[in-house]
Amino acid sequence: MRKVVNYFRSLLLWELFCGLALTGKYLFARKITVQYPDEKTPMSNRFRGLHALRRYPNGEERCIACKLCEAVCPALAITIESEQRADGTRRTTRYDIDLTKCIFCGFCEESCPVDSIVETRVFEYHGEQRGDLYMTKDKLLAVGDKFEKQIAEDRARDARYR
Amino acid sequence: MLVTIEIDGKKVQARSGAMVIEAADELGIRIPRFCYHKKLSIAANCRMCLVEVEKAAKPLPACATPVTEGMRIFTKSRKALDAQKAVMEFLLINHPLDCPICDQGGECELQDVAMGYGRDVSRFAEKKRVVKDKNLGPLISTDMTRCIHCTRCVRFGEEIAGLRELGATGRGEHMEIGTYIEKAVQHELSGNVIDLCPVGALTNKPFRFSARAWEMRQFPTIAAHDCVGSNLNAHIGKNKVLRMVPRDNELVNETWISDRDRFGFEGVNSDDRLRVPMIKQNGQWKETDWTSALDFVATGLGKIASTSGVSEIGALCSPSSTVEEMYLLQRFIRGLGSGHVDHRLRQTDFSDQDAAPLYPSLGQSIEHLETVDAALVIGADIRRQQPLLAHRLRMAALDGANVMFLGSVGSTYQFPVAANVVVDPRCLTNELAGVAKALLKQASVNPPAGFAESAKAVQVSADHEAIAKALKGARNATVLLGTDAIHHPDLSTLRSLASLIAQLTDAKLGYMTEGANAAGAWLAGMVPHRGPSGSKGAPAGSPISEMLRQALKAYVLLGVEPDKDCGDVRAAMKAMRDANFVVALTAYQSPSLEQVAHVMLPVAPFTETSGTFVNAEGRWQSFAGAVAPQGDARPAWKVLRVLGNVMHIDGFEFMSSEEVRDELRTRVGNAHPDNKTRWHPPRPFVSVPQGFTRVTLVAPHSVDAIVRRSDALQQTTDAPTFAALVSDETARELSVREGQMVAMAQGGNEITMPVRLDARVPRGCVLVYAGQPGAEHLDPSATLTVRGI
Repeated sequence: MRKVVNYFRSLLLWELFCGLALTGKYLFARKITVQYPDEKTPMSNRFRGLHALRRYPNGEERCIACKLCEAVCPALAITIESEQRADGTRRTTRYDIDLTKCIFCGFCEESCPVDSIVETRVFEYHGEQRGDLYMTKDKLLAVGDKFEKQIAEDRARDARYR
Repeated sequence: MLVTIEIDGKKVQARSGAMVIEAADELGIRIPRFCYHKKLSIAANCRMCLVEVEKAAKPLPACATPVTEGMRIFTKSRKALDAQKAVMEFLLINHPLDCPICDQGGECELQDVAMGYGRDVSRFAEKKRVVKDKNLGPLISTDMTRCIHCTRCVRFGEEIAGLRELGATGRGEHMEIGTYIEKAVQHELSGNVIDLCPVGALTNKPFRFSARAWEMRQFPTIAAHDCVGSNLNAHIGKNKVLRMVPRDNELVNETWISDRDRFGFEGVNSDDRLRVPMIKQNGQWKETDWTSALDFVATGLGKIASTSGVSEIGALCSPSSTVEEMYLLQRFIRGLGSGHVDHRLRQTDFSDQDAAPLYPSLGQSIEHLETVDAALVIGADIRRQQPLLAHRLRMAALDGANVMFLGSVGSTYQFPVAANVVVDPRCLTNELAGVAKALLKQASVNPPAGFAESAKAVQVSADHEAIAKALKGARNATVLLGTDAIHHPDLSTLRSLASLIAQLTDAKLGYMTEGANAAGAWLAGMVPHRGPSGSKGAPAGSPISEMLRQALKAYVLLGVEPDKDCGDVRAAMKAMRDANFVVALTAYQSPSLEQVAHVMLPVAPFTETSGTFVNAEGRWQSFAGAVAPQGDARPAWKVLRVLGNVMHIDGFEFMSSEEVRDELRTRVGNAHPDNKTRWHPPRPFVSVPQGFTRVTLVAPHSVDAIVRRSDALQQTTDAPTFAALVSDETARELSVREGQMVAMAQGGNEITMPVRLDARVPRGCVLVYAGQPGAEHLDPSATLTVRGI
């Protein structure tokens, strides 16, 4: 029975008409065009954009060089080197994210035990030279400092689901 | 006797008296544990290994429950798992959740077991305890809050090291592991507690926070600092050796390694490394490339050969070079037509070298040392020079063996010592003759020719009698000659007396040599009078002392720093300075080589080259390079191979180090050394020497160029100090006090050093560490005068 139905469906181009019906529906629907960059669509607080390294309110960097993000990164985009700082704490001497490798999966943020590496809502960034998209520790900390308010709000909103 | 037990439904035969955990391990059934360790005694205090045993009311600890016939054990039953889970919860009550900053993270037994047996959330909401970190010195860092009180480190100190450095104070919640009074741990094996600690309470200090377990790669290698040849695993991160850990080998190092093997490698990452070939032009060092450097060497050596003759070329190498390097170096020099090759940098007496065995061996397996009934160790600070052999002897001593020491630097031992005679090195032969005399008397055997006349003045003391009696009474005795004996100015007499004693007591005679590969050097033919595998050395050459005295025109140095590695630094530096052409194959840009050499070729240390070490028992242990050589450095065997080609010498067509090794291996075959030497009549023995003697002590952490550059080891108490070490008595004779200066003159030169009192030094001796600045001006063969200033 199914064979017979399928035969007539393909013979009468049923699937094609289904598709055309969808196209036809949008032909008459109200048009939406976002006038980017003047207009912007609403964004989830879980948006995964440019990375940032955060600090504690007292100015101390959060990162403790546990290297879990480096280990979990599926694109091998993160490179970390660590050492014992003069005060005896474990710190990074190098924290690089190669944004040209990054696939923005957010695993680094998930794995971070101290909420240090985060992905911000920023997606409008660019690089004019090859090296510009290679984020070093200083650049990442600068991003964190700049967007800390937004980052903190977003984490607070998401906290109850974690 | 075997009993049959059943673990998780599997029937197995176990040795009666064995613990359940051992039987399970053999069967491959994993029972979680923290305090149990196969080399330590059973404490059963972590309770992690609880298992269900049929007919037992409660779960029993598998590590402390002996197997009995018909026992049925369930390791994965509801009862066992519940018990394990409960114990895990208790252990985690006070354990901090700081895995992200803990160096043990990723290789932590507690982490693994918590993953497998723990709950996913903690029900413990009260305050966790915090324990103050202890300072254990430059090698071990502590985070005592993480300690779970398994007491493996404490038991290690008691049972293996013999020095109870770590212990527990307080009870229950207040129990803390520490050193009672704050001090650095000093035992030469203490680094092993890092491996023993199942959590991150005791970790490797120089390595601290530098890498994670999962990002390093592991390569097997062999320790290059003593004649034991401990098996190691090198952990590599970002093409750099980051740490060394032991590799189990029951026959050699069991599961232990000495601190020198663990931390000594640090020198390979030193800033001192020579990374490009350099040549000296008009007194200025210039960087160059390999081709021009090798051409420079070939031209230089060719010029010496054509103007002054090939016999003006000599080669010296470090006893820690690989077999391949030594084999090619001697072939290179002999191929040029000279026979002057030597590796015995600190040896002074070569008079009986023709009678020496094929290679100086331990005369028995390392494992066998544990089973001796009596051992006489002559001229060795064995704890510092070969810590793992000392450990084997300790095991024997604890089993009731009489271990006796006769030397010129005292030491303390963590086991009952039957005799510990510390004398002026000039009296060492006299003391040994005393033992021989006592033995001859006891056995009523006729003394060999010349003995009676030489030993006429020798007084047989109670110590001699005791040593003789212990050796004679033992079924399984050994006589061991250490590095101080080998470097003794009257080695031939010591050797022949030791051989006589061994013969009279039916003991095994053995040598504990310097460096990682002295045995390999003899086999490779890196001695002037013998070619590879003990063949006749052709052309014949002179030993190092002669080589330096003759002031040859050209020297080839492999891994030698003449101001630190040679016994007679004064002669070495003078000969090198006067030479027309000195080629240094070296891993380091050391100041002394910059002074004397004309070309420095960067070669790879043991972590960066493939090679073979032959250890004291004659075990060939090959290893591959763990990392790529730094900079332009190349494995020395490759450099020598190309040098051979450049100079058109036959027999340098090897494609790999394995080919070099295999060629030598075939030549050596199954040849075994016979350490017993023929008796030769000694000179008359001195019993009471006049004046002072300067004893040069090679500190355990300055035995080779790599160790000397290990920062962590240089901060330990075993590091050499710039001081003249004397005993209380000698200080009184000189009327000096600690910290005052003394002037020492020998051979027309004088140096001043601060005095330090040290009970290890025998009366009438002044001990100076090898390689101290100024000491190179003193002539070791001249009489020493000492005066206080």
